[in-house]
Amino acid sequence: MQNFPILSALIVLPMIGGIATLALSALPNLARRVALGATWVTGLLVLAAYAAFPVGSPGFHLVEQAAWIPQWGVGYHVGVDGMSMIMMLLTGLITPLAMHASKSMIRDRVPEFYAFLLFLEAALLGVFIALDLVLFYVFWEIMLVPMALLIGIWGGEARIYAAVKFFLFTMVGSLFMLVAIVALTVMHAQATGHFTTDLPELLAWGVPAGAQGWLFAAFFVAFAIKVPVVPFHTWLPDAHVQAPTAGSVMLAGVLLKMGTYGFVRFLLPLFPAATTAFAPFGMLLGVIGIVYGALLALAQDDLKKLVAYSSISHLGFVVLGIFALNQQSVSGAILQMVNHGISTGALFLMVGMVYERLHTRDLGAMGGLAGVVPLLAFYLLVVTLSSIGLPWLNGFVGEFLILVGAMRTSPLFAVIGTSGVVLSAVYMLRMYQRAMLGPVRHEHLRKTKELLGREGWILAPLLVLMFWIGIYPSPFVNLIQTTTDEVIMAVEQPVALSFNGEGGQPWGR
Amino acid sequence: MDLLLPLIPLFPLGGVLFIGFASRQLGEDAHLPAIVAVLMSFLASCAVFAKVWGGAELSADLFPWIVAGSFQTSIYLVADRLTAVMLMVVTGISTLIHIYSVGYMHGDPRYPRFFAYLNFFVFSMTMLVLAGNYLLLFVFWEAVGLASYLLIGFWFERDSAANAGKKAFIVNRVGDFGFSLALMLLFVNLGTLNIAEIGALQSRLPLAMATAIPLLLFVGATGKSAQVPLYIWLPDAMEGPTPVSALIHAATMVTAGVYMMVRSAPLFLGSAVAMQTVAVIGCATALLAATIGLVQNDIKKVLAYSTVSQLGYMVLGVGVGAFGAAMFHLVTHAFFKACLFLGAGSVIHAMHEEQDIRQMGGLRRYLPQTSLTFLVASFALAGVPPFAGFWSKDEILGAALHGGHTLLFVVGLFTAFLTAFYTFRLYFLTFEGELRARNAHPHESPATMTTPLLVLGTLALIGGFFNVPGFLEGAHAAGGHAELGAGHEGGMSHNALLLLSAAVSLSGVWLAHATYRKRDGVPRDALYERFARFHRVLLNKWYVDEIYEWLVVQPVMRGSRLLLRVLDKGLIDGAVNGLARLVGNIGGAMSVEQSGRIPTYILSMAIGVVATLAYVLVGGGS
Repeated sequence: MQNFPILSALIVLPMIGGIATLALSALPNLARRVALGATWVTGLLVLAAYAAFPVGSPGFHLVEQAAWIPQWGVGYHVGVDGMSMIMMLLTGLITPLAMHASKSMIRDRVPEFYAFLLFLEAALLGVFIALDLVLFYVFWEIMLVPMALLIGIWGGEARIYAAVKFFLFTMVGSLFMLVAIVALTVMHAQATGHFTTDLPELLAWGVPAGAQGWLFAAFFVAFAIKVPVVPFHTWLPDAHVQAPTAGSVMLAGVLLKMGTYGFVRFLLPLFPAATTAFAPFGMLLGVIGIVYGALLALAQDDLKKLVAYSSISHLGFVVLGIFALNQQSVSGAILQMVNHGISTGALFLMVGMVYERLHTRDLGAMGGLAGVVPLLAFYLLVVTLSSIGLPWLNGFVGEFLILVGAMRTSPLFAVIGTSGVVLSAVYMLRMYQRAMLGPVRHEHLRKTKELLGREGWILAPLLVLMFWIGIYPSPFVNLIQTTTDEVIMAVEQPVALSFNGEGGQPWGR
Repeated sequence: MDLLLPLIPLFPLGGVLFIGFASRQLGEDAHLPAIVAVLMSFLASCAVFAKVWGGAELSADLFPWIVAGSFQTSIYLVADRLTAVMLMVVTGISTLIHIYSVGYMHGDPRYPRFFAYLNFFVFSMTMLVLAGNYLLLFVFWEAVGLASYLLIGFWFERDSAANAGKKAFIVNRVGDFGFSLALMLLFVNLGTLNIAEIGALQSRLPLAMATAIPLLLFVGATGKSAQVPLYIWLPDAMEGPTPVSALIHAATMVTAGVYMMVRSAPLFLGSAVAMQTVAVIGCATALLAATIGLVQNDIKKVLAYSTVSQLGYMVLGVGVGAFGAAMFHLVTHAFFKACLFLGAGSVIHAMHEEQDIRQMGGLRRYLPQTSLTFLVASFALAGVPPFAGFWSKDEILGAALHGGHTLLFVVGLFTAFLTAFYTFRLYFLTFEGELRARNAHPHESPATMTTPLLVLGTLALIGGFFNVPGFLEGAHAAGGHAELGAGHEGGMSHNALLLLSAAVSLSGVWLAHATYRKRDGVPRDALYERFARFHRVLLNKWYVDEIYEWLVVQPVMRGSRLLLRVLDKGLIDGAVNGLARLVGNIGGAMSVEQSGRIPTYILSMAIGVVATLAYVLVGGGS
């Protein structure tokens, strides 16, 4: 097992699974089972990677490296650190759950649906392990296709609009990133004489402070659209509302984290001087996201839109934490990425279950369901409280670390950010009350079916994780710690350098 | 490492899990594991009490919790005398109320769930009390809030109950906003959240922080302990079942804010501004709530406003540095207010869910045990000697006077008069005179309900002789009690003060008697007829809820809708769609053989943009 290319296998396996699923298009039932098998084996493989991963040791592990386009300096270079690992674990869990949840909802073009989910999983895992900028870019772009198709084919009434919007937004951002990658490579070549797009090599070289500003901006836009950071967010509510449940779950559960992952993996260590200069604006954008998302969530009557806007608010916390640039805030931000995946993933799963029963997502058409379907109401309560950030559930630990860290950097932003904690209680409890409490407002609601055993099992792993992270977060925080340490070190070093006169004004040219 | 400490919360936690998983099998027997659990917890608390009697301090560091860089917290429990007093009150009264609930909740379709929630509350509350660091205290502070939310909305089919639960949660979140900011500032400034360490390090805080932190902690307390301006959730919380009102919204949870401030005595003593603010807010709360309590007609609402008012006294005690007296009043109040609420529950039970005292009257003949205990507890609340409330309230007023807070003392004394008046208005309208409801057939409650009443009534009678301040002054953790005894030789002798406050209370009782002790018919509200306009203002609770609705709720809701329509859909999305249309038109004009497939089109455009930009960037950048 020592030399088994486990990371490559993680990309190849779901791809093969996807192709096999497509090949079985005549037998949809079998195709579905093959797809489920493939994604579960992928999940187990992620666990195997975790078992082989030395927690707490710095640097990248399970590294595989091969030449790819040597004349441009592009290599196949994959490896993982703590943050990659935890994102892979999340992907490996959310994807099978999203598939299981689709059984009764997806009736036509079944094999393609599952194949696209597998391709999506492969691309996502690729994003989280790529250590070469071009390789990363390729996975980043590949991801776009199955996701857009999932929305465009199996989505709601305005699915085409939503899919195109999603595609265009991300595409525009990607362009900026591509330009920056090319520029970065060329600059490196001019300085050292050879081309490379290898992340560790570029980090060792150190991007000149004078050039960091524009490169930072280009990468930032690409990642910010994905997060999404307000005001680049309007694709998200449309995409969520139109997407089928599995699409929303993947989108909220994993996809959005690609942006914040990009911040931590590439943006901060590659452009430390620019990061330091930009950090206050980054925190500002974070708190704008927190408050803006929360206020708009308050104005929603559509269950799915409400959850979508709450996502914007939650990811605002992550952005705030990343740009507060200290131990607590960055660790909290990475943990919050996972938390958001778990909580919002579970919320979208439950929104799907409610929709299947009532054929509506309009909160005005619900009410009093807690008396009719107590078990479903209980699950939704736990998930709601987790999203609110109630202590002993996952959300609290991440939010609190972010805010403590933010307080160290900027008390003003910490105070505004904390107000988001109040607002989240307002919109989520309001949602819960309108859907579940009060008298049964429409007779037909009395016939609502209770949560099925199958649905309970789909939610169970997420609920277990909510309690686990809330009560005993150490294993998760330990996993993240090394990434945080390295990022903080990378950002702080050049600041020290600039005192010696070697750095420059990051935005001056 | 003292393993007795984790046992106290673990019993009720076990109860929650057991009832949760076996609720169907347990059915109408669900109270058994719940009562056993809380009783065991009470016995363990007694053992802890005995251990700290001599002044020892127990601790248990269970496991590391949140660790990130220099930020380190663990599940760390400590018990000193202050803890022990709280534990006795919490587990003792919880046990009685669990037993009472057997009778009160009998026949409810969600009977097991009720006991699971109650056990969950006891678990959270004992953890809150045992917490050795502020983060742990805070998270269980939130956990008791959750228990409160779930129990207020226990009958969630009623819109009013669902609304009240949500209101309680959100208003408390506003308070917690302050509390959590205080935690962050403590960590940023002192590098620890350990309560004992912080007490020792207080002098290292810069002046601004030494003021801001206790004030922010106090914001938290105004939420949990229902002080101005965040008290508005507590009266609504009466939507919950009456045992819940007694346990959570009178005797224990709402006193958590007072407990937290006493626990943080070193922080509060470090800022005169904070202490002054606390004292004024406490006094204002006591007065405001008492005025509203004068005119309410719902038996539970009167008691709820009286709880707010009494919490105001405790907070006033903290503010004038009388931490021991505040705790003393917390304890006696727990006895007599739990007794009053349970008595009210017994009345409501007897009257078949009727809560309007205008429909009651003469119940003394039908409910002898309830009315007797209610009378004893009323005397205690009114502050008539030798009942419990008299002694503790007197300690607080005395400390205010001797601390030089003459105005606060006078207001406090006047509030005591109002308290005596509204308490006995309630008593006379409910238990004396003739029964006014037409077809009511009141009957005394079962023994499961009257026994706890008798125990609490006895405590309301003798509780004033427990020397809580003296016991606590020996403790180290609560600090600051030295301030308490000081200056008793001020303007008025102690005996004169005792006589004055007894006279004030008795005159309140006498006025209520003169007004409401009527043999037949509805007593005429002579006083209110004369002050009709003022009466209406009080009946509408000074219109505070309306003011909040108008100043906070509506603007936020309208603002968020406006934001959605104008900024999100209008401006941002409008710009995006406009841009897309524009690009689409140009594209259409330029390319005759447009494929119509956006990805292809975008890709070709992309290559052009990349090439151009790359040239500009690299060419100019090096």
